[in-house]
Amino acid sequence: MNALASEIVRDTGAVSAADLARGGHFSGTIGDITTPDPRMVCREVNVWYGDKHAIKDVSLDIGNHQVVAMIGPSGCGKSTFLRCLNRMNDTIDGCRVRGSITLDGQEIYDKGLDPVPLRAQVGMVFQKPNPFPKSIYENVAYGARIHGLTNSKAELDALVETSLRKAGLWNEVKDRLDQPGTGLSGGQQQRLCIARTIAVSPEVILMDEPCSALDPIATAIIEELIDELREQYSIAIVTHSMQQAARVSQRTAYFHLGDLVEVGETTQVFTNPRHKLTEDYITGRFG
Amino acid sequence: MNNPAPAASAPPPAPARRTIDIVNASLKRRYAREARFRFMGASAVFLGLLFVAVLFGDIVSKGYTAFAQTYIQVPVYFDPATLDPDGNRDPQTLANADYLGLVKASLRTLFPRVTGRPQQRELYALISAGAPQQIQTMVRQYPSVLGTTRDVWLIAGADVDMLVKGQIDRELPEADRRIKDSTLTLVDQLKTEGRIEQRFNTGFFTNGTSREPELAGIAGALAGTFYTLALTLLLSFPIGVGAALYLQEFAPKNRWTDLIEVNINNLAAVPSIVFGLLGLAVFINVFGVPRSTPLVGALVLALMTLPTIIIASRAALQSVPPSIREAALGVGASPLQTQFHHVLPLALPGIMTGAIIGMARALGESAPLLMIGMIAFIVDIPQGVTDSATVLPVQIYLWADSPERGFVERTSAAILVLLGFMVVMNLAAVLLRRRFERRW
Ligand SMILES: Nc1ncnc2c1ncn2[C@@H]1O[C@H](COP(=O)(O)OP(=O)(O)OP(=O)(O)O)[C@@H](O)[C@H]1O
Ligand SMILES: [Mg+2]
Repeated sequence: MNALASEIVRDTGAVSAADLARGGHFSGTIGDITTPDPRMVCREVNVWYGDKHAIKDVSLDIGNHQVVAMIGPSGCGKSTFLRCLNRMNDTIDGCRVRGSITLDGQEIYDKGLDPVPLRAQVGMVFQKPNPFPKSIYENVAYGARIHGLTNSKAELDALVETSLRKAGLWNEVKDRLDQPGTGLSGGQQQRLCIARTIAVSPEVILMDEPCSALDPIATAIIEELIDELREQYSIAIVTHSMQQAARVSQRTAYFHLGDLVEVGETTQVFTNPRHKLTEDYITGRFG
Repeated sequence: MNNPAPAASAPPPAPARRTIDIVNASLKRRYAREARFRFMGASAVFLGLLFVAVLFGDIVSKGYTAFAQTYIQVPVYFDPATLDPDGNRDPQTLANADYLGLVKASLRTLFPRVTGRPQQRELYALISAGAPQQIQTMVRQYPSVLGTTRDVWLIAGADVDMLVKGQIDRELPEADRRIKDSTLTLVDQLKTEGRIEQRFNTGFFTNGTSREPELAGIAGALAGTFYTLALTLLLSFPIGVGAALYLQEFAPKNRWTDLIEVNINNLAAVPSIVFGLLGLAVFINVFGVPRSTPLVGALVLALMTLPTIIIASRAALQSVPPSIREAALGVGASPLQTQFHHVLPLALPGIMTGAIIGMARALGESAPLLMIGMIAFIVDIPQGVTDSATVLPVQIYLWADSPERGFVERTSAAILVLLGFMVVMNLAAVLLRRRFERRW
């Protein structure tokens, strides 16, 4: 696997004429998949759900202090790829992952690697809000509790408050922290899940459409949060909003039917896409 | 219904039928189908309730008399000469004294005109064979009664009890009746003197079983049932839930686990008597667990309830949405923490329903217990899980087999008690569900 990781050199040149002639049929990722200061390095990742080949030979770096946006039409495998990064796919029956993914040089799919600390390190906000059927307080405090991150009740209270504040939810729930998190509105639940994830201070944060149910104001708060988190951590975010991707990310990866079609600086991808599929997608002709 | 205006003034392009017309046309048929379905459902429920009502009515009408017991007031002279010939109130002597003779003597004093052996034997039959025990208890508790004459309410014999409760038809010819004319006269005389009374039958709840219906109670069977069921729950609940948790959440899905699953489902359908035979062969003959005890009964019943609990628990675990597991794993909870903090609490209502259904079945089970000797006639109330015991359903079975009229009402009364327990357990199931039910 390490051999694989080192030998891969991708074509970073412009899309070939032949490519376009074939109607933009995919034949290898365009753009620079690497980044100077990588946190996570994925090489030749393949994922199957039973017989369905959901991710095909995807290689991508996730840099330190960087936000990588993943875009692409529905069903192209963005969530699947994201879930590989903290081994969330382990829980799905019949899901197989091949290839190499490292976090700080450590292969995360190694047999001996324990996914529990990995997931404390690589946190995730899921596509569908999934609060625990417990109180709002307990939802946010749970991670800190099981990991023993705080030493006193006061510390835990403070952690819950700051996490909820960062997620822009504090003012709405501060009077009913003991009420069930499942009783919140969809958008509030989404922010609760964000607060729950950041409460354990993961070093890499995976966000699967974190703003899909949020109004513009809440969205702005979350985007601000992402910007702030980036100073310390690494973030991979899946989004269907081009504007959001353009606003928050430094690099953008475009997925199409399980392939990683194009990666590049966000400004480059949005102003000057090199692959026809990317261009069609971001100009709204596709997806 | 807003049928569109006839297309008189409308421009001719005869439109395709509007959806609403098609819907309206089929509406009547759809509602008729719904009405039919509701009617069938309601009749099924009604029929079910009717059967339950008939069953309960029958049992209650037969059994309610068992909650009363006839007593006869007899003046007893606590004769120091027979009870305490040495005069030193030695408890040993007092305990072994001839109380039966005392009761007989008292009866003879009450009816001095009854003479001759057969007549006297009839006289003695007015009073239960438990009466001497009653007197003995009195003497032990209040030694001061010695030498005095007291009016004592003694338990009536079974036949008198039946007669007073109206279960014996006086109009029948004497030969077809269990009670002779002469006894009838005696009872009538006692009645006019106000010496016959019905009281609440506390003995039914505090006595063990007995050969005499008027002395038989369900305390022994209740204690046996309690020990057996408590131990059954203690054994089957943790093992069942643990097995379900392992199979559902942790075990790899392969041919072996499939095989195990099929076999668990099969075990749930195995006739309960087979578990009894298994218990006899394995627990008693191989492991030497004492027979007839709640211990071996509980082992057998636990085996029997395990499949029910496992299947119900697995279904409950399966119905917990996977997003909850992902949420917990996503913040770094270990698989075990995920299960115990999030999945199990959500599955608990379903698990408990399964467990209570299993326990209710175990409560009513008698066949496998017959195999392991819990059918023995045991008068003593068991004090622990290793004392010989019997359980309520087996007690009902034994009493139902007895020919005496007095056992008929006791059988029904015991069934009532059993049904009462079932109702309480099912009520507990509903309440527990309510208490633990959560939304997600
Ligand atoms: N648990 C699963 N079992 C089988 N197939 C799956 C499973 N999850 C996803 N897939 C398939 O894998 C492909 C990629 O799915 P994925 O959820 O990653 O898409 P996505 O890019 O996140 O889409 P969206 O934008 O709609 O969220 C889809 O074709 C989907 O049908
Ligand atoms: Mg998705």
